[in-house]
Amino acid sequence: MIELVNIKKSFEGRIVLDDISAKFHKGKTNFVIGASGSGKSVMMKCMVGLINVDEGQILYGGTDFVKLDYNEKKTIRKEIGMLFQGTALFDSLNVEDNVAFPLRMFTTMTKEEVLERVNFCLKRVNLENVNKLYPSNISGGMKKRVGIARAIALNPKYLFCDEPNSGLDPLTSRLIDELIKEITVEYDITTIINTHDMKSLFVMGDNIIYIYKGKKVWEGEKSQIRTADNLKLLEFMKASEF
Amino acid sequence: MAFFEHFGKYTLFLISLFKRPERQKVFFKQTIHEMNSIGVGSFGIVSLISIFTGAVSTIQIGVQLISSLVPEYILGRIVRDSNILEFSPTITSLVLAGKVGSNIASEIGTMKVTEQVDALEIMGVNSANYLVLPKIIAGLATIPLLVIYSMALSIFGGSLSGVASDLISVDNYIKGLRTDFLAFSVTFALIKATTFAFLITSISAYHGYRTEGGALEVGQSSTKAVVYSAVGVIIFDYILSEILLSV
Repeated sequence: MIELVNIKKSFEGRIVLDDISAKFHKGKTNFVIGASGSGKSVMMKCMVGLINVDEGQILYGGTDFVKLDYNEKKTIRKEIGMLFQGTALFDSLNVEDNVAFPLRMFTTMTKEEVLERVNFCLKRVNLENVNKLYPSNISGGMKKRVGIARAIALNPKYLFCDEPNSGLDPLTSRLIDELIKEITVEYDITTIINTHDMKSLFVMGDNIIYIYKGKKVWEGEKSQIRTADNLKLLEFMKASEF
Repeated sequence: MAFFEHFGKYTLFLISLFKRPERQKVFFKQTIHEMNSIGVGSFGIVSLISIFTGAVSTIQIGVQLISSLVPEYILGRIVRDSNILEFSPTITSLVLAGKVGSNIASEIGTMKVTEQVDALEIMGVNSANYLVLPKIIAGLATIPLLVIYSMALSIFGGSLSGVASDLISVDNYIKGLRTDFLAFSVTFALIKATTFAFLITSISAYHGYRTEGGALEVGQSSTKAVVYSAVGVIIFDYILSEILLSV
């Protein structure tokens, strides 16, 4: 489980995250929703340590990530998989080498074991015979799936997905959603998903927090969202035609 | 003030680089790849500029030296010293500041704006160490070699143009090359080449690594990398000459 305790972040006096506390549960898809510029991405970057918070705690299984030094953070980061909005696949490496990268960096696996694991991960995301293709030669949906394969290569405890459906057609979006959900349950991962795609949320959401102008204004389960008593959230949902 | 701010950030950036690599084997492979890119990839351009630098310097010096009072072989000697001491290390480095510097800055800058650097950090990889240190080591290993190669080619180019334009005979040119040769000239050139290699690769990587935004900013970083690397080369050319050649 990951827990945020009163985290605050501002840039040059502009408050971006205002006293946010939240819990993200193991084996669940935890959604963070909100309009563009609401602070979702900054919150995710704070959680993985790409941005330092001004105040508050980020607890990974009870360990305060904020207080750890660089090497201690690295230990937790090796348990994190992340799917980026733009996939962030390494352009200079082919699909196989992209997925193999964390394995070669952090395990003592032999070449054969690495290849076996790579093929397993690619098969798990329904990609086969693409090992030697480069990111520039595959579609957006395939890139997302390679991104997921790379993220799960080291059997992460935590999976972060930043706008996993952005730029994808509806059908591919649903496939990616289903894949993330399956992987979350199958490997008992704590998955956190940033999105404003309400369809995704209704397809695979478990827990949801809604952020508005840097503040957490609603938290609940998928079943409660339609009856939420928060006007801003209802407006957001209405705008999403749900 | 901006200079001191950048200098401080550049120093901190360099400190962050010099950590033990995560995986020696991957690091070694990466360094070899960079040596191929920086060294072998620059072979053509270095060959071209070296031959022409040697050829042009021979004609220009020769034209100014034509006199019954100056022995012909002196031309070979001056061409040798000017190419070894200055033209080969400095002009080669300035050209490499353009080619290698812009390449490094745009590669790292693109990785930065497309979140590939973030992806490395989240995996637990020291991105600066992984991306930049192999480039610096590759530069330090290959640029001095390119400068040695450039020295040989520029002297060869000088002999071609000297003979073709009837300024000097081959025998006199070779005699000039052999006259009063100081091995320290080559040592000095290699010290310069090593310093310039470090400046080009580290300054360019610094600008690439600081890129934020999109394609426009990648272009700006690339330009800054070339300009500041070239300025660094020129300034250190003077400093090293002052320190090592002044008596």
